[in-house]
Amino acid sequence: MSTGVLGTDKRGIRELGAEEKVGWDEVTEGVVLNSFEGDATNVVHQKAEERNYADFSSYTATVASWRIIKPVYNRDVCIDCQNCWVWCPDTSIVSRDKQMLGIDYDHCKGCGVCVEVCPTNPKSLLMFAEAEENDAALANWPEKKKKEK
Amino acid sequence: MAKEFDLNEVEVWDGNYAASQALRQAQIDVVAAYPITPSTPIVEGYGAYVANGYVDGEFVMVESEHGAMSGCVGAAAAGGRVATATSSQGFALMVEVLYQASGMRLPIVLTVANRALAAPLNVRGDHSDMYLGRDSGWIQLDAFNAQEAYDMTLCAFKIGEHMDVRLPVMVHQDGFTTSHKAQNVTPLKDAVAYKFIGEYVPVNDMLDFSRPVTHGAQTEEDWHYEHKAKQHKALMDSRSVIDDVLAEYKELTGREYKRVETYFMEDAEVALVVLGSSVETAVVAAEELRKEGIKAGVVAPRCFRPFPFDLVRDALEVPTLKAVCCMDKSAPGGAMGALFNEVSAAAYTTNARPMMTNYIYGLGGRDFAVDEAKRIFKEQKAHADAGHITTNIQQFSGLRGPKLGFFETRRG
Repeated sequence: MSTGVLGTDKRGIRELGAEEKVGWDEVTEGVVLNSFEGDATNVVHQKAEERNYADFSSYTATVASWRIIKPVYNRDVCIDCQNCWVWCPDTSIVSRDKQMLGIDYDHCKGCGVCVEVCPTNPKSLLMFAEAEENDAALANWPEKKKKEK
Repeated sequence: MAKEFDLNEVEVWDGNYAASQALRQAQIDVVAAYPITPSTPIVEGYGAYVANGYVDGEFVMVESEHGAMSGCVGAAAAGGRVATATSSQGFALMVEVLYQASGMRLPIVLTVANRALAAPLNVRGDHSDMYLGRDSGWIQLDAFNAQEAYDMTLCAFKIGEHMDVRLPVMVHQDGFTTSHKAQNVTPLKDAVAYKFIGEYVPVNDMLDFSRPVTHGAQTEEDWHYEHKAKQHKALMDSRSVIDDVLAEYKELTGREYKRVETYFMEDAEVALVVLGSSVETAVVAAEELRKEGIKAGVVAPRCFRPFPFDLVRDALEVPTLKAVCCMDKSAPGGAMGALFNEVSAAAYTTNARPMMTNYIYGLGGRDFAVDEAKRIFKEQKAHADAGHITTNIQQFSGLRGPKLGFFETRRG
């Protein structure tokens, strides 16, 4: 489901559990999982899509199937306040240079926290059924609410 | 740099002090501890070494034994040499984290002064806590006296940290009987002891920023079984490393230890299988009975886990051996004693196939003296002479009230 700037990297390239299964003699000692392939000394200075994530990093696995409702992001209303980025418990808000880019649908669990903390009027993030097309959701975005006197 | 500790050639130490000196000589990076009777002096002594400049590492005071072992797991995963001490209720509170330490393959050393488990609350020594750890995936070494508490603690680091093992190790000693009884102990000089253990070599340490790792991953039905099998194999295979380390320690000190100690077993007709400080009691009883013409022997597993099925079988493969009694110092909770079950399984694969019986004894620190050991030996002799087990298979030693026993033999 990867789209946009992160559409070409290793994010969510396979279903969780679709990894190759090996025997007891080949599993890692102590259930240790490497996050990256090779030397990762400077990984902290790299953007996610530049990092060489290992096959057993959660980054490369998609858990999109865990979700039954999803947040949809409306660029036209967003003020790039970064509230959703701060609050998302699964680091699934993708933002660069303080500009909101969208949702990491490979790791978003549909908890709705981003919608809850969004301060705009109308909200820039709203929850929809997983099956609903994003374009259709955006076409029916609610109007700005007037303050009641 | 830690100061050298001035040691005499022979010191008068109790088991706790011996263990704490061994921990000091190992130059541990992190000790996270919560004191509990009767192991308190181990960490109390260690804390004094830290305060007085004899240790460079960190001493972390935590809120509970669960926190103590959790701190040890974190520090070991970070890449340090780590140890702590506990007993009884504290051991029970650690249990959840003991399984984490072994599953994560972290070579932590835990010195245990064995003590009974409540209820009823009891601070005295029995093997309830040691038995509680027997499925936890740790190597469990058993020291029968203060010297061995020192020796086994040094060996524990070298065994657990071996690259073919990488498993945590418990060093058990009997609460009070060993932990608080001052005896002559011959220690190594600091530099000699440290050289024997060697520099700590971290594996998959979290502080290696060039190679970030996830510790403590979740596995479900698709991966868990393979990981547990690999862990079990490492524990089973640690037997040869334990043998090698004990042999190396003998080279250094002249003190010989084996995974299973045997006394007078070459021509034994009857034998007791015992753990802990009772071993010396049983050996004295066997010596006295041999003067009366009873060919008594003693088998003492020094390594409780991995259970030395191989060497117990070897020890019992004696053509003259007729009757063996396994002594369990832990309330068996509706079963035969664990030592009885495990030793009997090994005995069943021998040609000798001796008659096997079980005594529960010494619970909550109830005394077990030479006369009682001799009485039990003589009971085995009666089985041997009769050609069948003449008592219940499970009996209770030193218990007040009507005679208690369970199950009779169908052999005979």
